[in-house]
Amino acid sequence: MDPVLEVKNLKVQFNTLEGIVHAVNGVNFTVEEGKTLGIVGESGCGKSVTVLSLMRLIPEPPGRIVDGEVIFKGENLFKINKSSIQNIRGAEIAMVFQDPMTSLNPVLTIGYQISEALMVHKRISKQEAIRRTWKLLEMVGIPLVKESFHDYPHQFSGGMRQRVMIAMALSCDPSILIADEPTTALDVTIQAQIVELTKKIQSQLGMSIIWITHDLGIVAEIADKVIVMYAGYIVEEADVFTIYENPVHPYTLALLKSLPRVDSKRYERLAIIHGSPPDCLHLPQGCPFVLRCGFAVKRCSEENPQLKNIESEHKAACWIDVRTGKTR
Amino acid sequence: MEEINNNDSGAIAQIEKPQLSYSQLVWMRFKRHKMAVVGMVLLILMILYSTLGASFTTESYSNVTDTSIRLSPPYLAHPFGTDTVGRDILARTIYGGQISLLIGLIAMAVEVIMGVLIGAIAGYYGGILDSLLMRFTEAMFNVPQLPLLLVLGKLLADKIDPFPLLGREFSGSVIVIIAVIGLTSWMGLARIVRANFLSLKEREFVTAANCIGTRNGSIIFGHILPNTMAPIIVSGTLGVANAIISEAYVSFLGVGVMPPTATWGNMLNGAYQYIESAPWLWIFPGTLIVLTVLSINFIGDGLRDALDPHALIKAE
Repeated sequence: MDPVLEVKNLKVQFNTLEGIVHAVNGVNFTVEEGKTLGIVGESGCGKSVTVLSLMRLIPEPPGRIVDGEVIFKGENLFKINKSSIQNIRGAEIAMVFQDPMTSLNPVLTIGYQISEALMVHKRISKQEAIRRTWKLLEMVGIPLVKESFHDYPHQFSGGMRQRVMIAMALSCDPSILIADEPTTALDVTIQAQIVELTKKIQSQLGMSIIWITHDLGIVAEIADKVIVMYAGYIVEEADVFTIYENPVHPYTLALLKSLPRVDSKRYERLAIIHGSPPDCLHLPQGCPFVLRCGFAVKRCSEENPQLKNIESEHKAACWIDVRTGKTR
Repeated sequence: MEEINNNDSGAIAQIEKPQLSYSQLVWMRFKRHKMAVVGMVLLILMILYSTLGASFTTESYSNVTDTSIRLSPPYLAHPFGTDTVGRDILARTIYGGQISLLIGLIAMAVEVIMGVLIGAIAGYYGGILDSLLMRFTEAMFNVPQLPLLLVLGKLLADKIDPFPLLGREFSGSVIVIIAVIGLTSWMGLARIVRANFLSLKEREFVTAANCIGTRNGSIIFGHILPNTMAPIIVSGTLGVANAIISEAYVSFLGVGVMPPTATWGNMLNGAYQYIESAPWLWIFPGTLIVLTVLSINFIGDGLRDALDPHALIKAE
């Protein structure tokens, strides 16, 4: 199947007083129609910058998209003009943010905020926009839609606000929904509801989803394909079963090991990853993970491994085969 | 899951939501501020005084001179007495009030429009535009308002033709005064608005608005500006009081609005020679100025408290 979105060699940098921050360093991935791509990684590894740059929402300056292409429906989003990108934002690619407490405007009613996207893109009457907003609110499970239309965000709980954000993102029937850690700020039961809701809506509308998270449990729940990012690089890419069954990058392995498990022994200590992620101002010469990696050999600190096929549809960037301990 | 969802929405539907909208909450808090309510009643009375009052008398009557009754103390035919050339002070305070309030309101409108536009554009776009606009703002801070009013009032007053408005004729000097006051008092507001825009534009809801393809103009005026209404409203109310005072000041010095058109300020002009012998000359217009300015300041005070977002959170 043809991919809806193709990202080629995306490089994003930020110019700061201390120097250039290499936030995203040559990222390639595709998003297929109706499928969900999970992007996993710890804070600051470039997940959000990657997806924000897809819609050219990186503040420039200090940010700069140095290189790369984003092909959406045959068009390079980095080449089209400003008003065309505004027509794509919200209508074709929509986004749900991490913190529903801050991503709704506190002084506008939620009904207005949802219908705004409709009125920006669809050129429909106000009445029609209001009717569609009611439908959207109903779809995301907001009770008493007609009354809720006139409510302000502070009258809603966190989970309800995230539902409103999803309704906002879905308003123009986008081809791609980008969810930037949409469940991080919510508690576990609400997380489950939001994940279920998203899956239900995906099966109804058939859009593609890019789901960013650092919660491996949620990725297992929702994603078809998973990308693991580290320090602005993709270190492993595979379908969701392979990532959990057969991870080949030491970082993925370490991440999975540090998850608490229901079946682990009592008083067993959780595994941790020593050290901290590299400073993106001064990336090490070799593999960015080398200083924290248990498998590292001399070559790792000299040369950065490229993302290579391990098996079909399973890629990793590592010099070592973690199962045998030998160099590839 | 379906089941959980249903239970969930049922439960939420039962929870009573706070039924107060933002404006209701603000009004509730405003009412608690007693002086502000008194101020508002007073201001409404002032406005009624100078508008409804005009239906009992005419402007030409307020300009009739009759030296045979000059400087007469209040009596039945002239309840506020007469001035140095025998004009009725009651009628003059009514028509003077119209001009004073008009100057206050329009100068405030000029101030708010200038301040909001310049502050919003500088704060939202940042960069070179911000630097240029803010340097311009600082330069304007150095323009002294009162000397400018005195000089321009003197220079331009005769050069601008009188204009009709609201069924009466205003002298050209009114325009000069409105323009000078409005154009020299927006800088503080511009700085406040810019500062608010700088912090608000980094908030996630602005990114979210960007994300649904909202145009810049609509983000500035539809999304960010409503979040910074509180300081604008407060600064606007205080701007009205400030403009009325400035007008009174220059008119008192005799270079503001030119007689025979009355304003509360130019009625005081000349009254200082009769401070003791004919106190009604200054007591009536003076009291009106003091009451109006005081009441507007109280309203501004009350609004500042009522619109304070931190206070709102506490009220929730």
